This record gives sequence, structure tokens and C-alpha cells, in this order.
Amino acid sequence: MRIKCPCCGERGVDEFAYYGDASVTRPDASAPTAMADFIAYAYERTNSAGLHRELWYHAAGCHLWLVVTRNMISHEIASVEIARDVALARSAAGNASEGKAS
Amino acid sequence: MTRQSHRLSSGGIVDRSRTVRFSFDGVMYDGHPGDTLASALLANGVTLTGRSFKYHRPRGILSAGSEEPSALVELRTGPRREANTKATTAEIFDGLESASQNRWPSLRFDMMAINSLLSPVFVAGFYYKTFMWPAAFWEKLYEPAIRRAAGLGRAALTADPDVYEKATAFCDVLVIGGGPAGLTAALTAGRTGARVILVDENFALGGRAIDDASEIDGKSATAWVAAVEAELAGMKDVRVMRRTTAFGAYDGGTYGAIERVSDHLETAPEGVPRQRLWHIIAQQTVLAAGATERPIVFGNNDRPGVMLAGAVRTYVNRFGVRPGERAVVFANNDYAASTVSVLERAGVEVVALVDSRTAPPDYVSEIVSATEARLISGAVVTSVLGGQKVKGVQVRTADGRTIKLDCDLVAMSGGWNPNMQMTTHLGGKPKWNDEITSFVPGTVPPGMVVAGAASGALSLRDALDGGVAVGVSSAVAAGFKAAAGAAPKAIHESTKISPLWRVEGSRGKSFVDLQNDVAASDIDLSEREGFRSVEHLKRYTTLGMATDQGKTANVNALAIMAELTKRTIPQTGMTLARPPYTPVALGAFAGHHRGKDFKPSRRPPSYAWAKENGAVFVETGLWLRPSYFPRNGERDWLESVNREVNTVRNAVGICDVSTLGKIDVQGADAAQLIDRVYMNGMKTLAIGKCRYGGMMREDGILMDDGTIARLAENHYFITTTTANAVKVSQHLELCHQWLWPELDVQMISATEQWAQYAIAGPKSRELLQKIVDPAFDISDKGFPYLQVGSIAVCGGIKARLFRLSFSGERAYEIGVPARFGDALMRRLMEAGREFGVCAYGTEALGVMRIEKGHISGPELNGTTTAKDVGLGGMVSTKKDFIGRVLGGRPGLIDPERPVLVGLRPVDRSERLRSGAHFIARDATPTADNDDGYMTSVAYSPSNGHWIGLGLLRHGSERKGEIIRAYDPVRNGDTLVEVVSPCFVDAEGERVRG
Repeated sequence: MRIKCPCCGERGVDEFAYYGDASVTRPDASAPTAMADFIAYAYERTNSAGLHRELWYHAAGCHLWLVVTRNMISHEIASVEIARDVALARSAAGNASEGKAS
Repeated sequence: MTRQSHRLSSGGIVDRSRTVRFSFDGVMYDGHPGDTLASALLANGVTLTGRSFKYHRPRGILSAGSEEPSALVELRTGPRREANTKATTAEIFDGLESASQNRWPSLRFDMMAINSLLSPVFVAGFYYKTFMWPAAFWEKLYEPAIRRAAGLGRAALTADPDVYEKATAFCDVLVIGGGPAGLTAALTAGRTGARVILVDENFALGGRAIDDASEIDGKSATAWVAAVEAELAGMKDVRVMRRTTAFGAYDGGTYGAIERVSDHLETAPEGVPRQRLWHIIAQQTVLAAGATERPIVFGNNDRPGVMLAGAVRTYVNRFGVRPGERAVVFANNDYAASTVSVLERAGVEVVALVDSRTAPPDYVSEIVSATEARLISGAVVTSVLGGQKVKGVQVRTADGRTIKLDCDLVAMSGGWNPNMQMTTHLGGKPKWNDEITSFVPGTVPPGMVVAGAASGALSLRDALDGGVAVGVSSAVAAGFKAAAGAAPKAIHESTKISPLWRVEGSRGKSFVDLQNDVAASDIDLSEREGFRSVEHLKRYTTLGMATDQGKTANVNALAIMAELTKRTIPQTGMTLARPPYTPVALGAFAGHHRGKDFKPSRRPPSYAWAKENGAVFVETGLWLRPSYFPRNGERDWLESVNREVNTVRNAVGICDVSTLGKIDVQGADAAQLIDRVYMNGMKTLAIGKCRYGGMMREDGILMDDGTIARLAENHYFITTTTANAVKVSQHLELCHQWLWPELDVQMISATEQWAQYAIAGPKSRELLQKIVDPAFDISDKGFPYLQVGSIAVCGGIKARLFRLSFSGERAYEIGVPARFGDALMRRLMEAGREFGVCAYGTEALGVMRIEKGHISGPELNGTTTAKDVGLGGMVSTKKDFIGRVLGGRPGLIDPERPVLVGLRPVDRSERLRSGAHFIARDATPTADNDDGYMTSVAYSPSNGHWIGLGLLRHGSERKGEIIRAYDPVRNGDTLVEVVSPCFVDAEGERVRG
């Protein structure tokens, strides 16, 4: 498998370390439901056949964490994004929707 | 025997001007450059090449390529001995020693041929049935006996002396196969300027064009291939790799290929590898791997002298060899008919073409009528006569009569199977094609196109046309401009076929899989016993396994099973392949990564000094660290280690701790990040101070420990354990980049940038005083325990000083830029001479940490919590941090969890062993009574006896209790006393001075 690192270009998969699901967000530890939230965050996975967003680390390269969208059946990679950008966009979106709600 | 009695006077692409001498079973033979071992043996009239796997039947050469299931031989001797090599692909060289396999005492007279008489016993599944009882006999009696009787060659018994390497290549178009389709594809793509790699498993290009001596563009195949090769050689971005098998298709256009760089030489030249493993990354791939001919299943179809018709033509046309004197051709298709004329031109008398079809097309009768041979239509060969070689065949004619034909060669053809294995490597499904009665590629890996016989287009003209078409399409897909040129001109052979799988009413064993000795009757049995799915059939009969992976067997087996179960072949199943296409030596996968080069060695900054001073090294991860420093007169390691520990406890010692992970963390939010990843409070850490800290995984298990030094308001320097340096760095990057990207933090690993030495012992400050520049105050007042500061040493060399202790003594860690590491080690040792300094290694380090009850790898083992190892008090309750919430799960705070304790033997002279399990003194040693286990032990010179650390249930309430340290594996059963895990200076006064 080959991953197109936004920083380094396309590289062999042996340069990267797999981490896990990128669709889960670390919950608020102060919430009353924190224990259940964290259990879901750490363990509960859908394992769906199809596109999967997952975290990869360019360990033998630029040390960027990446969000790779990969087809779990064909291993085809639909997109590779810088994890930081995804996380920042997500928190911006979260803030915006909170703003709307209030 | 006359030399090369069966060599034709002309024809083929062997170099008759030179002679190569080789041996087979101790007899010397001649061949020519360009011969395979098989062609050279046939040239010398040798047809018997081995004994079969189970029945020890005499076997010969079936094919002329990598599909060979029968002519498996041993090549070379000694450490280079290679078992199960296909004689049909091995090139001969001067001095090649080869031998037949699986026979005793000799190939012609084989005692084990008795198995053949016992064949009713050796049917499919016989292992499972025959040797069921008693079970205990299996390992000691049955298996060794079976292994002696069955099985093939012998592996070399010593290490492989050859060198292997790995390489990576990139291209726009990868062409797999250098036959007519592959060559035209490569040429067409190459002309567009695309970077092309053409690989072919053979040592000569041309494929079946050479094998069939076809005419292309009015030229002989040889001339046409030479012209194409010359043009390809002139293209700067085209690389042609002969002797290179593409063996696997992987994700992202990655292909594995094995290049046999020196297999055809007696030994690889200096600096040249035996083989090279390639990763080829291709934008587009043309699979032009050709097709493999199918045998027909009839009685005794395994006798030496029964060959595939296409292989017979190859031996005549390519190698200039006459594989027999009198031949019968047996086929169900048009393509095989030319075998008759090819053989006749080579001076072989062709008795007949036995065509199973009642009315073969005119194409066939026209070819045969131009020869002396008879065409016997609607007839089948029911049995081969002869034992160690073919003496004749029995033929059942269209009207049901049985006639006997004398011959020494049977050329058979049941049709052709496209070599589309690589289309299925990523899960592609082939589809059935009635026209060629075989599977053809269905779904293929992204970026792949299939051309020529591999796609099911069996005729030469179709191969050439297809090659041009995919050459254009793949170059265009890779972004090049291409105009379709005209394909080279060639004849369109007829390939019409009517299915014939097995001949009903055959006499004698009819083999489907020659390599595994699977006969048609085994498939009958498999069906009767309910093993009808392809997967069951394969495993029950072992069909399709081993070095040839059933290339000549699988489709026939499927077809027979389909007939038996009255299903169509596609309903019965399909032949899916996994990599590798042909076997790849493990040495090639290892490449240079063997022995000491399996992984790189990292040398700490004091390595050279330690080496000069006789250190015994130990590998910790990739690092080579001094384990201890033996001195003259010391009897064993323990004496050296004890001396090192005593020196530290009483004077001063120096240890290279540069291998600890070091991470430099800076930024306005550095304090915030540090606070969130460590379990203990970090916000109160003052500038200029250090603190011991622990990190958890998000699941609440302890991950790593180390020290955190705050160098400035927004500048931290943290250390990790040696083992977890990379893991912790990755974890921190995840926390920063993914969990909390809003934090203003930068971090970088500085493990290799700093040489760091621990200077430990009551005289450590006095020693340091001698090298620290006078401007810096390192008195206990000016530089107390847990202080950190930037200083200078040895007259202006910038350094960092940390007052930390792992040994429990007054101790410092001093860091200098790595380039000064060697010099500093030498200076420290010199400066310490008057204090009796010694260097100490990881053993003494370990002894002292156990004496102090500090945790290390055996306690930080991925199953323990902070509380388990006595660090519960450190865990902050005032903040969120990684691992906090899940660390509160009931299972992790269960008071039944074993916790860290110290242990000492009741009989102080007894030795302790880690791994021993704890059992209450009066309890029976069963798993139910298991109270925990010993994690670390050491002989403590400070206490004068062995001590241990362990995880013990209710450990904190059991101080003073005597329990058993039970170790049945090593016959250990020691009474130990539960004590505090700190065995030296329990009050912790010494670290402060």
C-alpha cells in the first residue's frame, strides 16, 4: 500500500505507523457520562465494510499525523489529510454549532 | 551413451559453439549455453529425473517452464544445496552438480517404490485415517516414518553463504512477461516516452514465439525478438529485466519481483548478490504472463516421456532437442496439431495424432496430412505402457476398439490456462470462458490490463494485436500521448477446443497433480466422502499445493469434481491464487537483514571508551549498552557487578544514560500539554526543577515513566525509558497534533543530540566539581536534589546538569552535545580516579534500582496501573489527563489486584528467580491459589543476599508474611518474606546528600 503524505509525497506503507479510528473524538472528562463516553471512545468500533477514516503517523518521515480515508475492502485510499487541520476544522465547526445553539 | 545424442544439428537459441559440462546423479553430461537442465538432460537422452512424492513412481519432465510439477531436482551441494528446483527453469553452467530426489538407494532401483503397491493405503486423507491411533505414536513413529518415505528434496544444513539484496523501482508501465504480447506492449509504451520496466522469468525473451518458431513480420521469431530487444535497449527509460519473476500484486500498484542475478553462475561474483528482491511501483501494469498447457488425465500419464505438447515444441524449436524417437500426440484442440509437423521436421517419427474430437476441423487434418502421421479422430489414449519410460500407448478408437501404438514420447494437450494468477492477488475473481474452456481474468487490480494468452487470447496474432493495444492504453493512462501503430503481422493459429478432462475407462493411475501424487481416483474419493468444495478438495487431497501451486492441476481437478457433482465448472469453484507466483527464497526476503545486520546497532556516545575498557555489551532495543565492565581477577559477571554497585554506594560511578529518550518541548502552551499527558500534577513544577512523572495510556494502564525538567517558562525537557523513546514521542505528537491542535507547542526528539551520563555516589559532587567551570555553584545549597540548570564544563563547553537519582545515592546527570560525549566520558573517568570511580553498566544499574524498588520494564509491562506499582499516590485527582477516566474502571481499581512488594529469601543463601509465582505458605500450588509473581530479582551486594520485586495480591497488607515463590519450570520452591520494595536507604536521605 502507498500513502500520499501531504508533506512528503507518496511513500510506501512501511514508512507509516497505523493508529486507529479517526472518527472518534476524545470526550469531555468532566461530563457526568464521562466513563461511558470514554469506553465508547476507546473501544467501540463499527468496523464497516467501506470507507474508513483512520489515523496514520509518518514515523519514518515528517512525523505528521494523518487522517487517511481508506476503503476497507479494496484498500484504495480516497484522501489523505493532515490530522491537525482536520482536528482544527472539527473544533471550529463544533464551536460554530454551539454558538448557533446558544 | 553418445554425448548429446538427442541434440539436433541446427535450430533453437542454444549456443552450439560452446559446451557446458554438468553432472546429474554423478554422471557428467554436455550441454550448451542457453540450455536448461531439463533441455540438456533430454539432449542426452535422459528422461527419468526423479521419484514421486508418495508412491515413488518414476517421473520425468512434463513441461518446459515454471509450471513443472515433476522434474524437481537438487542443485549444487553443501551449503548451497537447493531442494525441489525445477529442472525446466534451472540454467546449466560449467560444473553444475544436480541430483534426483526421493529415491533410495538409486533412481532406477528405488526401494520405496513399494509404496506404489500399497497405493490403496496412500489415498487422499490417508494421514488422517491411517495413523489415528494411538495418538502418542504420531510424533514419535508415524510422522518421522512418513517424512522419510514421502517428501521431496533435502535442504542445505548450514547457513546460506550467498548475499541477497532488496531494491525499489518506479515506472509508468510495468510489463510482466516478455513474450509476443509483452514485447509489443513494452515497445509501444516505450515509444511514447513512458518509463517502462519489462520483467520476464526466463533468461531469454520471446516466450511462445520462440517456442513455436513463429514467423513475425516476415522474420523468424528469433530475428524479430532480437530487433525488439535492440530497440528497447536503445530507449533510455526502458529497463528489461530477464530472470526476474513478478510474483505478487499488492496495493497501490506495488509489485514484488525476484531477480535471479547469479543463479545461473557457479557462484556469484564478488559484490554481486545471488538474488535481488524488487518492489516495483507502477502506475500501470500490463500482465502478459502467457498461458500454461493442461495435461489430459489418463492412465499412467505420469510416465517419463509423457510431456505437454507445447513443451515438446519448445524443446525442439528453442533448444534444438529431440525429446523422443517415436511420438504419439494426444489432444483435444487445434493448437496442438502443429506438434506433429514440428516433431517430424526434427526427425521424430510421429505415429499418430490422437484427437478426442470425432470431427477435428480441417485446420488439423491439413496439418497432419502434410506429414507421415495418422490422424485418429474421436479416439483417446487410455493408458501408457512402460514403467521407467514410455513404451507405447493404448488407444480406444471412435468405434470402441483398443489399439496399441508403440512410441517413446507422448505429447499431450488438454488446452491452455491463462496465467492470470496475479489478477486474483487482490481479490479479483476470474470468469469462465467456454471458448477456451478455462478461466480468464475477470476483475483485475487497479491499473492492470491483461494481454495475450494471459487474457485468453491464445493465438500469436491476437497476442501481438493485444500487446499494441494495451501498450497504447497503459501509456495514455499514465499520462503519455500515444498513437496506435500497426501491430506486427503473424498467423492466426486456430485454437478451437472441445473439453476433455479425464479419459473414462483409463487403465492405471491417472494423475491430476504430479507433484502431490494426486490421482483422479483421489478426487472420486474426496467427492464420495463429502469433500466437494474446492477448498475441501484441496486440503483433503493436498492437490494444488507445494512449489508449482497446481498450475497444471487445478483446472483439471475442478473439472473432474464438476463432472462428479453434475455441476458446471464455475459452479464448482474457481482457482484463486495468492502470492507468490513461483517460490521465492526466504533469503531474498531477508536481504541484508540477517545476523548482526538484522537491525541497525546504535552506539551510545561512550561506546568507544567502553570498548577500549573491556565492557561486555548487551542489546537494549537497538542500543549496544555496556552490561558490566569486568576487571582482571574477577571470576564472573556477578563479582564485577557487585564491585560496580559497591563503588557507587561507597564512592562514585559513571553510567552512560544517553539511551533514555529525550524530548524537547517548547511553546506558550508547553506546560498545558505536559500537564495533560502526565498523571501527576505538573503545573506546580518550578523553573529550574525536575520531577519524576508517569504517563498512562488512555485505557488507564501505565505506559512509561521518566523525568520532566522545566528549563524555562515555556521550555521543558523530558526523558522516557530507553525502550519507549519512540512510542512516547509518537504519543506526544498525537496528543499535540490530533487531540489538542490548538495548543501552541513545538517538540522534537533530542535523544541523539545529547550525551548524558549519570554520576552517582557519595563522591559524585566532588568529582563533578573538578570538571564544572568554577562560575557555577553546585553545592547542595546552590544545586539541591531535583535541580536542573545550564552550566559549562571543561572550560566553556555548554552542558546541562540534572540532580536526579535512579541509584538512590547522591547523583547527577550531566548532558553535553553528543559530539563531546566521548571526550566527557574520558575526562570524567580521569577526574574520578582519585575518588576510586568506576564505570557501571546496565546490570549494576538494574541491581541498584531493584534495591531502591524503582520500577522498570518488568513492572511497566503493559498490564499494570500506577497503583499496582506503588505510584498511586502520584496520580492527580485535580485534572484531566490521558488515562484518568478509564483508569477508574472497577477492574483497574480492584483491591484484589496484585501490588508491588519487596521479597527476600527466608534462607538468605537462596537464589530468587523472576517469573516465580506466589502462593500462600500453606496453599497448594494451583492456578486458583496464584497470588501474583516475581517481576525482578537481583543479588544485592548492599544486603548480602538475593532480593526481589513482585506483584502480590493484597501485598501492602502482607508485610512480614512468609510465602512461597513457586517456580515449577525451574524446580524452584523458595520461602520468601514480604517486605517493603525499598532495600536501601528507606528514608531516602542519601539522594539529598
